[in-house]
Amino acid sequence: MSSRCRASFAFIAVAALVAGACNREERHSRAKPIGETVPAGESPDTIWPGGTVPQTLDPRAKLYDNNAPAISQGQQLFTQMNCVGCHSHGGGGMGPALMDDEWRYGGRIDQIATSIAEGRPNGMPSWRSKLTTDQIWQLAAYVRSLSGQPSKDAVSSRAEAMSNATPQTLAPREPAHTSDTAEQ
Amino acid sequence: MQRVEYLFTALGASAACAALSACNRSPPKQQLGSATVYQAAPVGDHAVAAPAASPADDGNWVMPGKDYAATRFSALNQVTPANVSKLALSFTFSTATTHGYEAPPLVVKGTMYLITPFPNYLYALDLTKPGAPTKWVFKPKPLAASQGVACCDTVNRGAAYDQGRIFFNTLDGQTIAVDANSGQQVWRTQLGDIQKGETITMAPLVAGGKVLVGNSGGEMGVRGWIAALDEGSGKLAWRAYNTGPDKDVLIGPRFKPFYKSDQGKDLGVKTWPPEAWKIGGGTVWGWPSFDPETHLIYYGVGNPGPWNPDQRPGDNKWTTGVFARDVSTGEAVWFYQTTPHDLFDHDDINEIILADIPWKGQRRPVLFRPARAGFFYVQDRRTGQVLSAAPYGYVNGYKGVDLKTGLIIPNHDKDTKVGRVVRDICPAAPGLKDWNPSAFSPVTGLVYIPHNNLCMDFGAMQANYISGTPYVGADVKMYAGPGGNRGAFTAWDPIRQRKVWEIPEDLPLWSPALVTAGGVVFYGTMDGWFKAIDARTGKQLWRFKAGSGIIGQPISYRGPDGRQYIAFVAGVGGWAGAVVSAKMDTRDPTGALGFANAVKDLPMKTTAGGMLYVFTLPR
Repeated sequence: MSSRCRASFAFIAVAALVAGACNREERHSRAKPIGETVPAGESPDTIWPGGTVPQTLDPRAKLYDNNAPAISQGQQLFTQMNCVGCHSHGGGGMGPALMDDEWRYGGRIDQIATSIAEGRPNGMPSWRSKLTTDQIWQLAAYVRSLSGQPSKDAVSSRAEAMSNATPQTLAPREPAHTSDTAEQ
Repeated sequence: MQRVEYLFTALGASAACAALSACNRSPPKQQLGSATVYQAAPVGDHAVAAPAASPADDGNWVMPGKDYAATRFSALNQVTPANVSKLALSFTFSTATTHGYEAPPLVVKGTMYLITPFPNYLYALDLTKPGAPTKWVFKPKPLAASQGVACCDTVNRGAAYDQGRIFFNTLDGQTIAVDANSGQQVWRTQLGDIQKGETITMAPLVAGGKVLVGNSGGEMGVRGWIAALDEGSGKLAWRAYNTGPDKDVLIGPRFKPFYKSDQGKDLGVKTWPPEAWKIGGGTVWGWPSFDPETHLIYYGVGNPGPWNPDQRPGDNKWTTGVFARDVSTGEAVWFYQTTPHDLFDHDDINEIILADIPWKGQRRPVLFRPARAGFFYVQDRRTGQVLSAAPYGYVNGYKGVDLKTGLIIPNHDKDTKVGRVVRDICPAAPGLKDWNPSAFSPVTGLVYIPHNNLCMDFGAMQANYISGTPYVGADVKMYAGPGGNRGAFTAWDPIRQRKVWEIPEDLPLWSPALVTAGGVVFYGTMDGWFKAIDARTGKQLWRFKAGSGIIGQPISYRGPDGRQYIAFVAGVGGWAGAVVSAKMDTRDPTGALGFANAVKDLPMKTTAGGMLYVFTLPR
C-alpha cells in the first residue's frame, strides 16, 4: 500500500493532506487514453513448464484497484450489463460465486479483467465487443470488492437501487489465494 | 365442513379462499416429517385417470409421467404398506455427474435408461444381468457454453421411449433420437439457440407420431415456443410460439377460449408494449399431456420476461397459462391464462393430470393442475372451463379465483413496483409448487402433491435486454412460509378440493412423487431421505438415506424376474439445490434468484453427486 502511494507522485500533495487517502478517489478524466482492447490474457495458471515465469501485474491494475470511482462505476455496470442475473450480488447462481475465496480463473484484477473480456468456456460470455476496456477494468475492480479485497473506504456503502443484498462495506475480506500472490 | 365449503363456493371464490386461508392460519398441530390428517379419505365414486390416456400397466416405465394422463401411478402391487419396510437395495449406479438430477429412470423390456444433467449422457443398463451392467452409453456432447445460459442448474427432466427409440433433449437445444437396442443415433435436430439464451431442459413427449419439445430461458428474454418433430425423421412438423401474432401462435378458426379475457385477435402482440413480445418469455419447460381421444396436447406456458412487471404492462399473452393444441397440426383449440400480467415468476408449466370425475351428477373429462400460483385447478379439458380452484397451501399473493370470469383475483397489497421492496409475498417465485410433478392414484382418488411453503421479498428494478444474458430485473429473497416448514407433502382430494393429510417437510420439497396400486407413495427430500408413505393415512412406513439430496423422480417397474422394483436417482441441485451443486456462497441472500436465502443450511445437510438406487423385496 505505502509503495503504491509513493509511486503515485501526482497525488503526493493530496496524500500528505489526507493520510492514507492514496488514489482511491483518483478519476482518470485527464489521463492518457487507454487502448480500447485488452491484451490477450493474463494467465490464470500457476504452473510453468521449464520453470517459473515471473508474473508482472498489468500496469493498468493500479488505476482501478482500490479506486472508488472505478468500483462505483463497476457496480452500476454489474447491474446494467446483467452480470447480477448470473452472479447475483456475489453469491452466484447461473454463474459462480464471486464473494468467496475460490477463483477458477484467478482473482487478480487483471485476471478478472481477462475473464470478462475473453469469456470462459463453461458459460462466461466474452464481453470484449460489448464493453470498453475502461468499463471492463471498472467491472473487475467491483468484482474484487465482492470478496472484500479493496479497502473499506473505497467501496460504496449502498447500491444504486433498493436491494436485498448486504452493503459492500460489510463484506469480509476473503483470504488471498494462490494466483493472487503477485500483488501481495 | 363440507357444507360450509359448498356454501362459500356459492358466495364466490374469494370468500371461499378467505375461509381456506383462515383455516391455514390455525392448522392442527403439525410435526415435521409426520402426517397430520385433516379428513377421511374419500369413499365411493371418485376420480379416475382418463381411460384412453392411461392404458393397462405393462410393468415398464416409458415416459416421465408414466402415461399420457401423467398419473405417475404404477399398477404394481407386490409392495404394500405391510411389507414396504422390508425393501432392500438391489443395485446402485453412479451417473458421473454432480448437477441436479431431476429425471426419472426409464425401463423398457429389461433395460433401464438414464439421462443425466449436462453433459446429458444417456446410459442403458441391462436389468437381466446381476448388478445391471452398462449396455451402452451415448454422449451427445452439447456445447459447454450452454451451461452459462441455463437459469436454474443444468438439469434435464427426462427422456421418452417409443417404438424402439429413446428421445431426449440436450442443454444446448438439440433433440436426439437414439436406437434403444444399439445406442446408435437415429437423428438429431437443432431447435434452440444458446446465443439467444435458449436451452432445453424438459423431457420430450412422444405422442401422435410427433416428438414435442419446448424451450427454456424465461429468465433470459427468449421468445417461448413448443415444437413438434416428426417421430421418424426428426424434421420439424410445426412450431407454435407463445407470444406474438396469431399466425405465429397457430391461432386460427379452431381457437375457442372459454373466457372473454382470452378472446380477441393478436392478443400475443396487443397485450404487450411494442416489440416486447419478441423477448417476452412464455417458454415450455414442463410437462405436456396428451388425450388420444381428442387428439389434443395440453401444456403449460412459463413466465413472461423480465420478472420486473413494470416493463411489460398488459396481460402478456400467452404466458403463464395452459394451451390445448391439436397434436398433428399444432392449432390452438383453447387457452386459459392463470395469472394475467404475472408479477411473481409464477410459470404455469406444472404437470397436467388427465382424469374423469363425477361432477354434479355427470362424468366430466377434466384436467388437474396444482399450479405454481397456489391453486389446484380442476378444468374441463374439452373447453378449459374452470370447475374449481382452491389453494392447497398458504397463499396471500392472490385472493382467489373468480369462477365466473375465470380470472385470478389479485391482492394489490402485494403488487410489485420499481424502487420498492414488497415483503412477505406467498407463494415465492418458485410457487407453492414448482416443476416437480404430483402423482395421482385412481385407487384412492387422491393427488399426492410434493410442494413448497416459501414466501419472498421482491424488489423490482429496470432490466436491460442483452441477448444471451439474464433478463430478470428483480432482487429476490426467499424464506419459509407460515409454520416454518419450507416444504410439504399433501394428499389432496381433487373433487372436494381439500387436504386429506399433509406431511410438513423442513426443506423445500423438490422431488416428484410416485404412487402405486399397492397403496404406497414415494418421494425424496433434499437432504437425501427417500420415504415410503401409506397412501391412505400419510403414515411413514419406511425411509432410506441416499448419498445426496433427492430431486429425481421415483418410478416402479416389473423386473425381468417378475418382481416389483422401486428406483430413483439422487443428486441434489436444480433451482432449490444450486447452492450445493453450483457451490454458491449463501451469505448473499439474493443468490440463485433469491433461493439461496431459503436454503442456507443445505450445504451442511447434503453434498452433490448423481447415484441411482434400486430396491426390491427380498425373495
